[in-house]
Amino acid sequence: MNQQDTIRADVLVVGGGPAGTWAALTAAATGASVVLADKGHCGSSGATAAAGTGIWYVDPDPQARAAAKASREALGGHLADHRWMDRVLDRTWELVDDLSLRGRYPFPRDPAGREVRTGVQGPEYMRRMRIRVQRAGVRILDHAPVTELLADRSGTVAGAAGIRLRGGDGYRVQAGAVVLAAGGCAFRSGTLGCHPNTGDGALLAVEAGAELSGMEFSNAYAIAPEGTSLTKTAYYAFATFLHADGSVLDGAGGARGRSVIARALADGERVYCVLDRADDDVRAAMRLGQPNFFLPFDRLGIDPFTEPFPVTLLLEGTVRGTGGVHVTGDDCATAVPGLYVAGDTATRELICGGFTGGGSHNAAWAMSSGSWAGEGAAAFATSRPAHRWGLRPLGGAGLRPAAGPAGPGAPGADEVVTAVQRQVLPYDINLFRTGAGLTAALAELDIVWAAVRTGLRPASAAARDVLRAREAAAMTAHARWMYTAALARTESRGMHRRSDFPATDPAQHRRLRVRGIDTIAVSPDRVRQAVGA
Amino acid sequence: MIEIVDRDRCISCDRCVEVCPTNVFDTDDAGIPFLARRQDCQTCFLCEAYCPADALFVAPRTAPRDTGPVPVRLGGYREAIGWGRGRAPGARSAIGPPLPAEPPPRLPAAAPRHTRCDGGSSGVCDSLGP
Repeated sequence: MNQQDTIRADVLVVGGGPAGTWAALTAAATGASVVLADKGHCGSSGATAAAGTGIWYVDPDPQARAAAKASREALGGHLADHRWMDRVLDRTWELVDDLSLRGRYPFPRDPAGREVRTGVQGPEYMRRMRIRVQRAGVRILDHAPVTELLADRSGTVAGAAGIRLRGGDGYRVQAGAVVLAAGGCAFRSGTLGCHPNTGDGALLAVEAGAELSGMEFSNAYAIAPEGTSLTKTAYYAFATFLHADGSVLDGAGGARGRSVIARALADGERVYCVLDRADDDVRAAMRLGQPNFFLPFDRLGIDPFTEPFPVTLLLEGTVRGTGGVHVTGDDCATAVPGLYVAGDTATRELICGGFTGGGSHNAAWAMSSGSWAGEGAAAFATSRPAHRWGLRPLGGAGLRPAAGPAGPGAPGADEVVTAVQRQVLPYDINLFRTGAGLTAALAELDIVWAAVRTGLRPASAAARDVLRAREAAAMTAHARWMYTAALARTESRGMHRRSDFPATDPAQHRRLRVRGIDTIAVSPDRVRQAVGA
Repeated sequence: MIEIVDRDRCISCDRCVEVCPTNVFDTDDAGIPFLARRQDCQTCFLCEAYCPADALFVAPRTAPRDTGPVPVRLGGYREAIGWGRGRAPGARSAIGPPLPAEPPPRLPAAAPRHTRCDGGSSGVCDSLGP
């Protein structure tokens, strides 16, 4: 890195997906000065821009709301919170209307001429969000990953340092408050749009002293045609899954029967799929609804409605899982003064407990939590004088190894990522969880972590190498938090399934809070009694 | 994975360089983007969607192909989402099918549209594409 330039702002938003852009918009609307830094390009980065998503947008009719809240309560293991579900439904209703009226998102219309606002196409949604953020006067830093937070002497977060991938120099933002909206962690499994989603937000937050919650709910896997990135799963509701000989794979399904597919894949079988439950009307609607779903098929010359194609399951970790940074207030504050979280960086247990299917709740959460975090951060920043001197960088792993100059045997970033993937991607470890399997995997991850701490350093001073080392550290940390929590929950609940504890244990009806970097501690956290349930 | 940057079509607007979430592109001395960090490509198709000249092609497989170029139609994804001059945004008509709570019955097998996959006795594809 060469010399650093310093930018001053009231609020720094880290990440430019849905959560980050909503945070930047709402912070700017209060009159605060806002900088948004994206690892890639705000408007095309992240899990949403490349895909498209349903939105948990529900009419304020009490019956419709009650049904919406009840629909996933059992799936989520009854860990959601009704007050938060109500807040998110209310706020999402307002924000989606705003997306139509002021964002001019071209929602489709039903035959009666009313806009259908229950879903968005990713490229269109995020392109428009970028335009809105720019119009609001937010300064956007593209290709400028944040590598570490800065804190003042009291431990209050007061900015961040990062690097510019295009240009190579470092930069610092001195800010009155920081919103982390950097996505979840998909462990570079190849799932759509998630190459940059390496769990950076959780690492930055925990280094500053924040806690995590729900990290055991981190083993979502999505269906993709083998060898492709297209993890769009809704249309597999029309699928039949087959053995290699063409016979039906009993019990396999796009939603509930996904573990049957995983079992077969884990046993070394190839699993095939054909969308032979879609009639002509459904086929036509699919093309309109999700044109990118068809990219692999059209480009490979496969008719997915008649020709079986092989499928795989790709890990989506805490992107479609629900674990993330623990939220301490209605404004999405954390345990660290000046630090706010939104979107997949934050825990989504508050609205969906231990399970989401992606989209829907996560999309509503990204908007709502983003807007609350933006408001909260702006209020915090403008309520106190800015600290500009004596700021301390908080980054450790991957940036500042404990050992001296690089010696032989020090791991490289790619090696670390491969070692972590070996423990988190296999269905037999992460989906079909057992105490023995998790313990062995965690022991391996602890060895990787020790090597990261003492020896992982960027391969060169080039910005890309600095980023890769930091990402490798973030993924290692994420995996350890994940499996530590998974070991502590000795039952099956939500997406967390323990083969050695297949039943749900009423005594474990609680959330699990995780803290610490080198030494990780877990403690139970009470679920607020459901109001109006 | 990104496969094609068509030098003849490229108008040197640098849009792909800007929007690529993983910073795959740099530009050469002639101002044409090239794949400086192709291994970072995440196969998200967004460079293609943003290219106003339909000069890019992303192959659907995430691994690089070792065979030569195949005839492809450039600009198909951009057209499908309705981006570009004179087009209506695809979002405007994006109403997918209602998703069933339980899978509907299988439909009688139709004759395959074509027989790309020889598939041996099983009659299924051995792999996705070449």
